[in-house]
Amino acid sequence: MVSARADVSTALSLCDMSKRFGTTQALDGASLDVRRGTLHALLGENGAGKTTLMRLAFGMDTPDTGTILVNGKTCAWRTSADALRAGIGMVHQHFLLVPAMSVAENIGLGRGGVFSGFDPTCTAAVVRDLVAATGLAIDPEARVGDLPVGAQQRLEILKALSHDAQVLILDEPTAVLSPQETQDLYAWLRRFVDSGRTVVLITHKVREALQIADDVTVLRRGRTVMQVAAHATGEAEVLTALLGETTTHGAPHARAPRRTTGKTVLAVNGVTVRDDRGTERLKCVTTHVCGGEILGVAGVEGAGQLELLRVMAGRRIPDTGSATRPARVGFVPEDRHRDAVIGEWTLIENFALKDAGRATGTMVWDDYRVRAELGVRAQDVRATSAHDRMDALSGGNQQKFVLARELEGAPEAFVVENPTRGLDVRATEQVLDALRAARDAGVAVVIYSSDLDELFSVSDRIVVCYDGTVHEVPFDRQAVGRAMVGLS
Amino acid sequence: MTDALAPFVEATVRTATPLAFAALGELVAERSGVINIGLEGTIIAGAFGGLVVAGTAGAGLGFVGAVAAGMLVAAIFAFFVVTLKADHIITGTAISMLGVGSTGTLYRLYYGTTGAALETPTLAPFPIPILHSIPWIGGAFFAQPPVMYLLYVIVPCLAWCMTRTSVGLALRAVGERPEAARAAGISPARVRWVALLFCGAMGGLSGGTLVLAQVGTFNEGISAGRGFIAIAIVVLGRWSAVGVTGAALLFGAASALQYLAQAMGWGIPYQFALALPYVLTLAALAGAGKRSAAPASLGVRG
Amino acid sequence: MTTRAATTSTLFSWKRLLPPLLVSAVVVGVIVVVIVAGHHDIIESFSAFGRGSFGSAYAFWSATLVRATPLTLLGLAVALAFRSGVMNIGAEGQFLAGASAATAVVLTGVGGGMVLVIALPAAVLAGALWAAIAGWLKREFGVLEVISSLMLNFVAQYLVSYLVRGPLQEPTHVYPQTETFGPAAQLPLLISGQRLHLGYAIAVLLALILWWMFRATAVGFRLRAVGAGAAAAASAGQVMVPRVLFTAFLLSGAIAGLAGGVEVTGVTYALYEGISPGFGYTAIAVALLARLNPLAIIGTGIFFGALEAGAAAMQRDAGVPFQFVAVVEALVVLGVIALDWTRERGATRR
Repeated sequence: MVSARADVSTALSLCDMSKRFGTTQALDGASLDVRRGTLHALLGENGAGKTTLMRLAFGMDTPDTGTILVNGKTCAWRTSADALRAGIGMVHQHFLLVPAMSVAENIGLGRGGVFSGFDPTCTAAVVRDLVAATGLAIDPEARVGDLPVGAQQRLEILKALSHDAQVLILDEPTAVLSPQETQDLYAWLRRFVDSGRTVVLITHKVREALQIADDVTVLRRGRTVMQVAAHATGEAEVLTALLGETTTHGAPHARAPRRTTGKTVLAVNGVTVRDDRGTERLKCVTTHVCGGEILGVAGVEGAGQLELLRVMAGRRIPDTGSATRPARVGFVPEDRHRDAVIGEWTLIENFALKDAGRATGTMVWDDYRVRAELGVRAQDVRATSAHDRMDALSGGNQQKFVLARELEGAPEAFVVENPTRGLDVRATEQVLDALRAARDAGVAVVIYSSDLDELFSVSDRIVVCYDGTVHEVPFDRQAVGRAMVGLS
Repeated sequence: MTDALAPFVEATVRTATPLAFAALGELVAERSGVINIGLEGTIIAGAFGGLVVAGTAGAGLGFVGAVAAGMLVAAIFAFFVVTLKADHIITGTAISMLGVGSTGTLYRLYYGTTGAALETPTLAPFPIPILHSIPWIGGAFFAQPPVMYLLYVIVPCLAWCMTRTSVGLALRAVGERPEAARAAGISPARVRWVALLFCGAMGGLSGGTLVLAQVGTFNEGISAGRGFIAIAIVVLGRWSAVGVTGAALLFGAASALQYLAQAMGWGIPYQFALALPYVLTLAALAGAGKRSAAPASLGVRG
Repeated sequence: MTTRAATTSTLFSWKRLLPPLLVSAVVVGVIVVVIVAGHHDIIESFSAFGRGSFGSAYAFWSATLVRATPLTLLGLAVALAFRSGVMNIGAEGQFLAGASAATAVVLTGVGGGMVLVIALPAAVLAGALWAAIAGWLKREFGVLEVISSLMLNFVAQYLVSYLVRGPLQEPTHVYPQTETFGPAAQLPLLISGQRLHLGYAIAVLLALILWWMFRATAVGFRLRAVGAGAAAAASAGQVMVPRVLFTAFLLSGAIAGLAGGVEVTGVTYALYEGISPGFGYTAIAVALLARLNPLAIIGTGIFFGALEAGAAAMQRDAGVPFQFVAVVEALVVLGVIALDWTRERGATRR
C-alpha cells in the first residue's frame, strides 16, 4: 500500500503512518489516499485506528513515522493550526466547542495573529455569509451551550468551513443525529463534494458508507486492509476486511421462541424525570419488562433512553410516578471508566464496590477475593490475578468484569447501556452472549444500544424513546427507524 | 462625618490598590483555568525583589525587580501545574510556603538576624492636576504614587482584551474547554504559561507597591494573606476585570472601616469589619450556586 | 495524587527508599545553603539542629514530639479529607475553631476537675461545625470547597482575634490573650520532667484508628471509593456521594478541631492570636509526604516536628534563620509532586 506518487488529483494522502500510545500500537503503517472531489469513507471497528489516523492528518497528534501529503506536497503539522491553514478541517465526534461562548466567538477562536483584535459584529456577519452560502442555519449570537446537538454539529462544520477547508474530515457525525438529520447531512455532504471539495467520513456503519461514499478504506488493527471504490465492492466483502474473518455479525440471529416467564419483573408507571434545568427528559412514561426477555431500547441521543434505564436500574429517582423494581438489579453503565470501575483499584476492591453503598461494619476482604475470582472465571476475564489493577486490563476484559460483578448474586433484572461500545468483535460477542445467557436463566434484561444492528440481533422486543416518551413498536427496522424520529 | 470621609476613602483606595493588582493577576490565571493559591508567595517575592533592587537602583527600577521576582515564583508554579500537570491547590500551597519562607530566610541573611526595619526609597505621590482637588475622593484617587495610576490603564485594557482580542478569546476558551482551544490550533499549555507569568508580574507589582509606594520597608509578614484575599476578590468580582476592581475596593473599604469605626466611636469590634468581606464572598458563592461565572475547567489538572 | 490502598509489597525496595532519601537530601541541602550564605558555623549549626531535635531525651520528648502533635493530628485531618476527594485546606480554621471552643469551655469553669472531658469534645464539635459550613456550601450550592475553606480560615483568624481582645481576654485587659488555664484544664504529661502530653498518644491512637478504618471498615471503604471515583461509587455502589463527602468534611474538621483543643490544653494553656504558625498548611506537607497513609503520618509528623524543633534550636544557638523550614516544607511537597509525575509518566498507557 505504498503510495508516494505526487498525484495532484489526490487531495489528501497519508503514507505508512504509525503511532504508539504507551503500550498500545494504535497505528501500524496505515495508509489512505483521498481523491479530490470525492466522499471517502474510512471504515473500521472501534480501536482500529480510524480516529487516530485522522487526528494525525489534522495535526492533533504527531505521527511516529509516516508522511502526510496535501495536494501532492509533503506536510508536517506542528499543531492543528497548520492543518487548518493547509485547508483541512475536522468535525470531531465529541464536539470541540466552548459552551460558555457565543457562536461567533467559537468561530473566531484561534483566528488571526496572537495580538489581533476580535470584532463580534464583523464575525457575526461572516457567520451569516457562511450560513447563506452553505445553507447550514445557525444564529451567530446564540450561546453554544444553549444549542441543540444538531445545531452544534452545524456549527462544527461551519467552523471548519470558515477556515476555507478543502478537505473536511467528519468523525462519526451521525452518532448523535436522528435518521432525518442524518439524511440531511448526507445530502449536504454530497453537494459539498460535488462543488469540487473533499470529505473523509469516519464511520463504523458499513451499509451507510457503501451507500453514500465514492471510495472506501478499511482499517484493521492500525493497518489499511482494503482501499476500493464503493461501487466495486459489497457489504460482505467489506465486513470480511473489517473483521478479518468470515462472521455472521450483522445478520439477524435465529431468534429463539419467546419463553418469558410471563411475570413482570420491572415496571415504570407514569414516570417523569427532569434535568437540572427543569426540562422534562421523560414525560409520564409507562413500560415493563418480563423475566426471561430482552427488552431493546432505541432512541437518538437525548431522547430520554438513558434516563429511562437509570430509573429502571434504580440509579435515578423519578420526579413523579413510580418504578417497581426487584431487590437485585444489575447495572452496566455506558461510561465504564467513569461510572463502573476505579482504574487504580484492584479487581477485588472493584468487586467490593458494588456493596460500597450498603456495607456496614468491617469489610471481609477474603470473601470479596473469592467472589471476584469466581466472577473472573465465569465471564472469562483475562487477568493474572484478582490483585491486578483494573487499568491493567484491556477494555473488553474490564467490561466482562463489570458484567460478572453485576450478574453475580442472581439479579432478577439486568440493565445495560451500550455494553459493547469500544470493544472488539470477539469481546462484543462474549458480552452479547452473556446477556442471552442471563435472559435464558429467566432474568429480565433491558438494553439500550446506539447500534440498531446490535439491538435487533439481541432483543426479543423493542421500544423506542422519542422526545421523552416511550413507544412500543413492531420488531421491524423500518418501524423502529420511523418511531425514532417521531413518525408512528 | 465629612471629616472622617476623606481619610476613609483614602485608606480604602490605599488598601485596595495592591489587592487589585494581585486580584487582576489571579483573574487572568483563573480565566485560563488555573487557580493560583501560590499568589501569596508571588506577592511577597515581589515585595522582597522590590526591596533589593530599589536599595541600589532606586524606587523606579525597584518595581522592575518586583515584577521580575513575581514572575520567577510564578514560573516555578507554572512549571509544576502546567508542564507537570500537578494539582493546583497542593502546588499553590507549596509555592506560598516557598515564597514566604525563602524571602524570610534571605531577608534575615542579608539584612541581619534581628530583621531590623530598614527604609527603602519610595515613590512620591504624583497629584494629577485639577482631578486631585475633587472633594472627598480627589486625594484618594488622583494624588497617589504613579504606580497606582497603572490600574486606570490595566483594568479597561483587560476588560477589552477579554472579549475583543484573539488572545482574550483564547484565554477564555482554555479556561472553559481546553480541548476546543487545542482543536482551534491554540496550545492550552502555552496560554496558561503566559497567563501565569502575567499573574506573577501582577503579584510582583502588588508586592512592589506595598514596599515601594506604601510601607517604605519590608517585613516578613508584609504580604499578610493578600494572595488569598485576591482569590476571594476574584470570586466576588465574578471573574470580570471591572467586577474584580469593585470587589478590591470593597475589601479595602472593609479594612478602612476599622479606622472609621474608631474615629466615629462606633462600638463594633474591628475584626467583624475585617471578616465581613470573606463572609460576603461565601454568600456570593452560595448565591451564584451552580450557575456561577467560574470558568468551567477551573482547577482541573492538565 | 495516588489514593491507592497500601498494598502488601516488599517493605524494602529502591522505589520505597527513594523518597525519604530525596527528602533528606533536600533538607540537608537547604540547611547547608542557608548556613553557607549566612556565614554561620556549619558544625555549630548542625549540632544545634541535632540538639534541638533528636540530640537529647529532652529535645525528643519535649520539643520534637510536642511539635509533632498538632502536625500529626492535622496531617490526619488533611489525609482523611484528601483521600475522600475533599480538598479541605481549611484545617487551619478548624484548628482555631477547636482551640477557641476548648478555651471558652475552660474559662467558663464548667466541669470543675473534669473540665477536659467537656473541653476536648467541644473542640471536636467546633472543628466539625466549622468544616460543616464549607461542606454545606458544597452540598447545597456546589461551592468549591477550596475557596470556601480558605475563606473560613480567615474568618476563624479574626474570630480568635476578637475573642482574645474581647470576651475571653485576660482580666487585666492588657495583653491580647486569655488567662492561663488552671491545672485541671491541662492535659496530663506522659513522662515526668518532659513536656510530652497525652495529646500525642491521642494522635498516634487516632492514626491507628484511621489506618484501620480505611483498610477494614465499610465507612472507610466508602470514603475511599468517593475519593477515587465519585461517579463510579454513585453508580456501581449506589453510594450517596454528597452525604459521604459531607461526612468526610465533618470527620476531617473534627480531627482538626481536636488538634486545636489539644494544643491549648496541652502546650499553650491559653489562647492567643498567633497560636498556629500555619500548622494547617504545614499539615498538607505532612499528609502528602506520607502519601495520605495514616500510619506513615506518624513518621512524617515526627519528621516535621524534628525539623521545626531543630530549626528553632539552630536559630537560638547559631543564629540561622528559622524561616528556611518553610522552604524545606515547600520543597518536600514539590518533590513529592515531581516523583508522582515521573511515576505516572512511567505508567502512561492509552
